[in-house]
Amino acid sequence: MLNKNKKRSWLVLLALVALIFGLVACGGSDTEEPAGDDTAAEDTAVEEPAAEEPAVEEPVAAGLESDAAEVKSEFFSQEQYDRSMRQMTLTAEGPEGEPWLQYLEAEFVDTSEFAKDGPYTFCFSNAGVNNPWRVVGYNTMLAEVDLHPEIEEFIHVDAEGSDEKQISDIADLVAGGNCDVLIVSPNTTAALTPAVEQACEVLPVIVFDRGVFTDCPVSFVQPIGGYAFGEAGARYIIDNCGDDCNVLALRILPGVDVLEERWASAKLAFEGAGNINVIGVEFGDGDNAKVKSIVTDYLDRFGQIDAVWMDAGATAVAALEAFEDAGQPYPIIVGEDQQDFLVKWQENGLSGIAPTFPTFQWRTPIIAGLRIMNGEELPAVWRLPQPIITNDNLDQYVQPNMPPLHYAMCGCEGMPDFPGRWGGE
Amino acid sequence: MTVKTLSNVRSLMRETRLPPVYAILVVVFVAAVVLDAIFGRGQITSSTILTNMVVRSVALGIVAMGQTFVMLAASIDLSVAYLISVTAVMASYLMQGDPNRVPMAVAAVFGIGAVVGLVNGLIVSKLKVNPFIATLGVGLVLKGLLNASFETFVGAVPRSFQTLGYGQIGPIPISILVLLAVTIIGALVLSRTKFGAHLYAVGGNVETSRLSGLRTDRVIILAHVICSLTAVLTGLFVVSRLRSGAPWVGTDGLYDLESIAAVVVGGTALSGGKGGVVGTLAGVLIFGILDTMFNQLGVDTFLKQVLRGAIIILAVASYTIRSREKAA
Amino acid sequence: MAQLSTIGQEKSWRDRILSGLRSVSPIYVVLILLLIGIGTQNPVFLEPSGILNLLRRAAPLMILTAGQLFVIVSGGFDLSVGSIMSLTVIGASLLINNDPTNAWWVILVLFGIGIVAGLINGALVSYLKVPSLIATLGMLLALRGAGLYWTGGAPRGYLTDNFRAFGRGWLEPVPWVERFPYAVIVLIVVSAILIYLFHYTNLGRQLLAVGDNPRAAKLAGIQVEKMRIVAFAVSAVTAVIAGILQGGFGGVNPDAGDGYELQAISAAVLGGAVLLGGRGSVPAAIAGALALEALFTLLNLLGLPKPLRDAVQGLIIIGAVAYAAFSGRRSR
Repeated sequence: MLNKNKKRSWLVLLALVALIFGLVACGGSDTEEPAGDDTAAEDTAVEEPAAEEPAVEEPVAAGLESDAAEVKSEFFSQEQYDRSMRQMTLTAEGPEGEPWLQYLEAEFVDTSEFAKDGPYTFCFSNAGVNNPWRVVGYNTMLAEVDLHPEIEEFIHVDAEGSDEKQISDIADLVAGGNCDVLIVSPNTTAALTPAVEQACEVLPVIVFDRGVFTDCPVSFVQPIGGYAFGEAGARYIIDNCGDDCNVLALRILPGVDVLEERWASAKLAFEGAGNINVIGVEFGDGDNAKVKSIVTDYLDRFGQIDAVWMDAGATAVAALEAFEDAGQPYPIIVGEDQQDFLVKWQENGLSGIAPTFPTFQWRTPIIAGLRIMNGEELPAVWRLPQPIITNDNLDQYVQPNMPPLHYAMCGCEGMPDFPGRWGGE
Repeated sequence: MTVKTLSNVRSLMRETRLPPVYAILVVVFVAAVVLDAIFGRGQITSSTILTNMVVRSVALGIVAMGQTFVMLAASIDLSVAYLISVTAVMASYLMQGDPNRVPMAVAAVFGIGAVVGLVNGLIVSKLKVNPFIATLGVGLVLKGLLNASFETFVGAVPRSFQTLGYGQIGPIPISILVLLAVTIIGALVLSRTKFGAHLYAVGGNVETSRLSGLRTDRVIILAHVICSLTAVLTGLFVVSRLRSGAPWVGTDGLYDLESIAAVVVGGTALSGGKGGVVGTLAGVLIFGILDTMFNQLGVDTFLKQVLRGAIIILAVASYTIRSREKAA
Repeated sequence: MAQLSTIGQEKSWRDRILSGLRSVSPIYVVLILLLIGIGTQNPVFLEPSGILNLLRRAAPLMILTAGQLFVIVSGGFDLSVGSIMSLTVIGASLLINNDPTNAWWVILVLFGIGIVAGLINGALVSYLKVPSLIATLGMLLALRGAGLYWTGGAPRGYLTDNFRAFGRGWLEPVPWVERFPYAVIVLIVVSAILIYLFHYTNLGRQLLAVGDNPRAAKLAGIQVEKMRIVAFAVSAVTAVIAGILQGGFGGVNPDAGDGYELQAISAAVLGGAVLLGGRGSVPAAIAGALALEALFTLLNLLGLPKPLRDAVQGLIIIGAVAYAAFSGRRSR
């Protein structure tokens, strides 16, 4: 028995060694291959060093050819891209200074069939409050509810990030029969469609944040969208980074439509620009430590990174710290409206930009719900403006009294219990 | 409750041979009804909410039945969540919304499930890798292969296939009938077949079983195959509800750790050899009741997590505390 | 197969450690292979500063794994450590309240919270006899919720620079390497303490005995319940340390410890620890954690698409454990 086991143990160890070396071998050829096929310019640089600068051992950058840079066709819609770009140039209609009430290119629908006397019960099926953006948004929504005494009850059910759970939650809310309006923030677009369709048959539904593949909801509330977000950051880098610009692109994870849209438009912009050399596209899982490690590794390998593009700003500060720890000058940085980033941006006078996916959109569904109850008309697709924080207007969004992960674009400054409700002092 | 009624309940349960978890189920349900009547809208006892309560337990319930089998064999399966994702994605990818492709797709995903179960079982029984690590590793491999091939929702199941998730026979949703059928079949296999008896023996003591001539490896492998097949069934149910499958549906549903928790709450021993699927059904229903109650009462999300963790521990403690055996 | 373990008990502790070291050698082989692999891809990583960088990055997992080992050898699992790490970061951000002078007492409070969590884990397993997998799974859920409930869903304040120094700062100038990360100093000190506790005091022997056979341990006069509680407390304390390092390195983040529990268990098993108890060594477990981190680094350097990294990681973990199971010792 023992002997037999010994023999097998050697086999297993051999297999392990083979696996590791096999990996090293094929991994090595993997990184060499792209150098052969796609960066012909670099090849010649190596073969004829005299013709180029002496920096011969420049590491091979997979950049826009890497797997992480690929944009699958299902994530790109030219029509949505064009709409997104067009709407960024338009001025939103609606009351000045209250972007959550504003709308772009709206077609109004009549809701008189739903009109009803108060008091009302509003129901909200939430995908989850599993990240700080959603926490800020949800607090903002609760504050909006508090502004309206005619909403007697606000029922909130939280699916904790599970599609299957959210389907059951919606079924429960519909079956309970108490809801006058159902607000849904879908966990995923495709999976929640059947549940929303079923709810639409019973009561008026408002969908916001992510969409669904049906137009049965009375109103769909969403800011301009991912393409505009991604493009804004990329454009800023292209315009401000000089002639020969090394860009590191950091993404959270593949497969999420909003994030794919952001990257798709950024990639398009980078490809069309003459001055951009994307040295890497990496997934950081939205994890500070991971992002910081990735950036540190790239600084080690490439020596200099001129700009960092990110598809979401939550880890922007971690990326900047990697530069600090390496003793390198700050890059041009694309972040988001998170306070820790804004504060760092202001303190260090960075060259940066923060496109936003504004949390004030959490106010709008409540307002839309009340319009439906009053039988007023409202936009079928309520396209909200999507402000961008730049060096020029940065000061008005920095709020040192707010927590680090607070999102500045909440439109909540004048609301009840500000700033305590959002964790500020 | 007085001591006397309590002992009455106990003797009643002994007569009906219901596992002790049913006492907890009743307590949780009564608590939910009372709390809902006082603090909520008193709707928990309405028939639609009650039905939904069971429906929301179906996905977890089916896979928990299979998990019961491996845990009876003193093994464990952490790969089920990934297998559910694989099934959901492959099913909707293969069906492409075409009813004619349903049989082929269903056969294919059950085939995949059988292979995964076989691999799990072989690694555990033949390579002697601790099942926790073995199935964690297999799960990682499945995750890797899946994410390498698919990134998001692919394909769709045909409308007719959605009957599994949304259809009803009279007032009873088909999904509930599926859960009951799986439970009954599981219970019969455990109580009436030779394999069932062997499973309890192997879980009770592998060495003794081996010495008494049982082919213990085969029993363990078969338990793993059964578990994987139930994961596939859960995957099919989930995809019929979602209409399309994405690589994250299994892990986002936490079906791995929750199925283990449900089985243990249902009275099956982690060390194997004791318990059964009837108890697991109660364990799963307890989770469903808690979910519904938390929703009806509007309990804060984070507090909800704390309560769920505490209830899992207390439920299991309520019968482990009486046992003299060591815990590990 | 059972006799082998009783033979071990008759040996002196010195022999035991030596034979222990000899019996876990495979992980060191794997680790060296991985480092060679990394070296062929990018020699910079094998320079002193590169090694220190790898160690700094791996420090939280290595410390966590060393603590996890205490629980594993005593026959249990601790799934709650990832949540304790996150709770440490969230709690620190709330309690420090943006005032650096608070950092020191906050660290003490965090250790207090960690120890209480560990004691609860231990008491649940020892006195309520809840299987540790379930007890710590329940704690994982409860602590994750508790941290966020406490702060209203998101961290409340910044982590001050003095708090973050442990995970982010470094000593300089230091000969040979220019700068020496504090995290590596923490790693060395904590590892030394845990190796001492486990291999040079009665504690380790008793934990091994408890994991090997609780009844026999009890008959031999070991206070099985207390030993288990100590093991969970050690694990929880290492989780707090790992949380401080991780929060220090990356900054405030509500889920700094997510997923670390399974990594720590995998790492300990890679280091030759036997799940359900009875065998394990702290240095080997630490080496297992470093190997896992080295594996991540290597797969990264190879430019493998991320999904395939998961698959390879799974295969290697299974392979390593299969190897251990077949290298002629008892297997469970």
